Amino acid sequence: MPQLRLTGRGLWITVLIAPPLAFVALFIVYPIVAAFAYAFYDWQGLARGDFVGLANFHHVLFVEPYASWTRNAFTHNIIVFFALMVLQNGVGFILAYALWRELPGARFHRVAVFLPVVLSTIIVGYLWKLFLHPIFGVVNQSLKAVGLPFLAQPWLGQDSTALWALIFANAWHMVGFPTLVFLAGMQRIPTEILDAVRMETESEWVKITKVVWPLVAPSATVVFVLLFVGAFNWFELPYIMAGLDGSPYGSTDVLGLYFYRTAFGNVSAGQQDFGLGSALAVLIFVFIAAVASVITVRLRAREIQI
Amino acid sequence: MRKTFIHMGAVLGATIIAMPALAQELTFWSWRQEDRAQYEGFIDTFEAANPGITVTQETFEAANYNTILSTALAGGTGPDLMMVRAYGGLENIASAGYLMPLDTEKVPALADFAPSAVAAETMRSDETIYAVPFASQTMLVIYNKAIFDQMGLEEPQTWDEFVTVAQTIKDNGIFPFANGTATAWQNETIVSALGSSIIGTDFYEDLMAGEADFTDPRYVEALEKVKEMSAFFPDGFIGLDYPSSQQLFASGLAAMFAGGSFELANFRSQNPDIELGVFAAPGMSAEDEKLVGLYYDGGYAANATTENSEAALKFLNFVASQEFGQAFADELSNISTVPGVTFGDPLLQEVADLNASAIPYIMLVHFRYGEPSGSVLLQAEVQKLVADQTTPEAAAAAVTEGLKAWYEPFQD
Repeated sequence: MPQLRLTGRGLWITVLIAPPLAFVALFIVYPIVAAFAYAFYDWQGLARGDFVGLANFHHVLFVEPYASWTRNAFTHNIIVFFALMVLQNGVGFILAYALWRELPGARFHRVAVFLPVVLSTIIVGYLWKLFLHPIFGVVNQSLKAVGLPFLAQPWLGQDSTALWALIFANAWHMVGFPTLVFLAGMQRIPTEILDAVRMETESEWVKITKVVWPLVAPSATVVFVLLFVGAFNWFELPYIMAGLDGSPYGSTDVLGLYFYRTAFGNVSAGQQDFGLGSALAVLIFVFIAAVASVITVRLRAREIQI
Repeated sequence: MRKTFIHMGAVLGATIIAMPALAQELTFWSWRQEDRAQYEGFIDTFEAANPGITVTQETFEAANYNTILSTALAGGTGPDLMMVRAYGGLENIASAGYLMPLDTEKVPALADFAPSAVAAETMRSDETIYAVPFASQTMLVIYNKAIFDQMGLEEPQTWDEFVTVAQTIKDNGIFPFANGTATAWQNETIVSALGSSIIGTDFYEDLMAGEADFTDPRYVEALEKVKEMSAFFPDGFIGLDYPSSQQLFASGLAAMFAGGSFELANFRSQNPDIELGVFAAPGMSAEDEKLVGLYYDGGYAANATTENSEAALKFLNFVASQEFGQAFADELSNISTVPGVTFGDPLLQEVADLNASAIPYIMLVHFRYGEPSGSVLLQAEVQKLVADQTTPEAAAAAVTEGLKAWYEPFQD
């Protein structure tokens, strides 16, 4: 084993690696470890009380009303994940394919599709809140203008539409990202393979399912895993559009909002509980880390090296 | 050489210890960034009357104030004087022992304050006062006088008249109410603003005595009437958020707003020409006492570990004085809790007069001490109620059931 001497190359490597390592340790590892520790204590406001073992975890998972709040929020995260898988990644793949095939106006559309991704979530949230305004919103106004007034809804006020309105706004905002990643993947497919395919078949369907889809597998891995992490950490958009309580009556509540309310309290609760909040944060973290790892390993396995 | 150091150290130490006694510098934290200039004026008055004491004001964003304050107090870097919230928000800080306990000996003026105001800044467990309350907020109906005059409408004296007023406004093509229910906490406001007279003093007393819960017919009836009145809210009001409903009212597109007295300043700043009136939503008959919902906003407290406790107490006595209360009411257009304050603004005077017949803003005042809070439960149930997803009886039962988790009087 070569010895790492603190001269020349070794010194350089040490000097270059130490600051980022310290940074990661201080700002990423330490807070995570600290949150882990917080979850095992009883808290009175900001004052730490006794060590309580797994009581906080038990509380958020099995004691009412927390148990049903946790279940409710978790269910919504799952709905969000699958809905966005279709609306964001699915549509993203189709858009990428259309752009890659250079349909008319591809150049304009490449920019148009990606543009919303550049906007901050705050702007998108307020924008869609305005669009969906029950009285003045452009969505309801348009529906009335084209003679479909019965379709005009208080979108963000009914449990049947509120979560879907948020999902739709999120898909509108972020669809450009999977599109871009898929497009990059498609552009990496060697022309020889495409030429060979053209000799065999004219069918676009066969081309997509047998050639393009398998060959963009690395892109799919990336967007699937990122979507999974994003869907279970979902916070900004529901916070802006539905508020901390997941209005109306919890129908847009997700783990992110629920964690924030529990740990920091909200205007109407007045109670803050760091212990329960940290327990939730740890559970969310462990769940995301475990599932994301499994997804990554699984999806990696089906990638083909060209 | 070494001796010199010790001497110097001793002198330095003595100076540091003695310095506060000479200068008496106090820090004062507030979440009212918008009132900064007025508070500087109040502080100048105080300093002029108390030579040798200086007060430095620092303001913070309201939404994060509690977090900042409790972090600072826990870390030992808190201010000498501070604004604190009332009720449950006070207990978070007071229960950790960060605040100086007060009584009528330290602040004699507190003896004349309304008992409900003092109760707002009293911790329940040790029955000790921790702050001088500063303002009350009232839940009532605010209306646009120009619209009422134009349609020849009067403030309603019975619930039926109230419905007729709303119907007339609707028939004239204006939204009777500007309220929307998409923002959760607005639902709680609406119940208090529209339903206090129907809820009634008797129910409130029975509730406090542990003899009634929210399934009581008097409370259920209030929910029923709120539901009835929501027919006069704007189209799609269940998707209408708080800022939108404020705008609807301020722009004159709606005639009434069921909400808090804290809206008055806001409506006037959004539309300086607007002419406002206020009334307490009536009960079923004209004989029923007309009640508003009342709560206290917060108070001024001193740090338990301040080195200038005497100066801090002088400040607390100052903010409990008639002189301060009057200046507070005049310059901040807020209902001061100091007794005997008069209001130059007739609208504020009217709100202050209405406060004489009030029941507390029940959920905020009594049911925010545990999880789930009564506020969170009521807000969600009223959202369901106005969206036709539940009945008044079921909503009242759900609130009561939810509170059983921690509210002992409901548990048997």
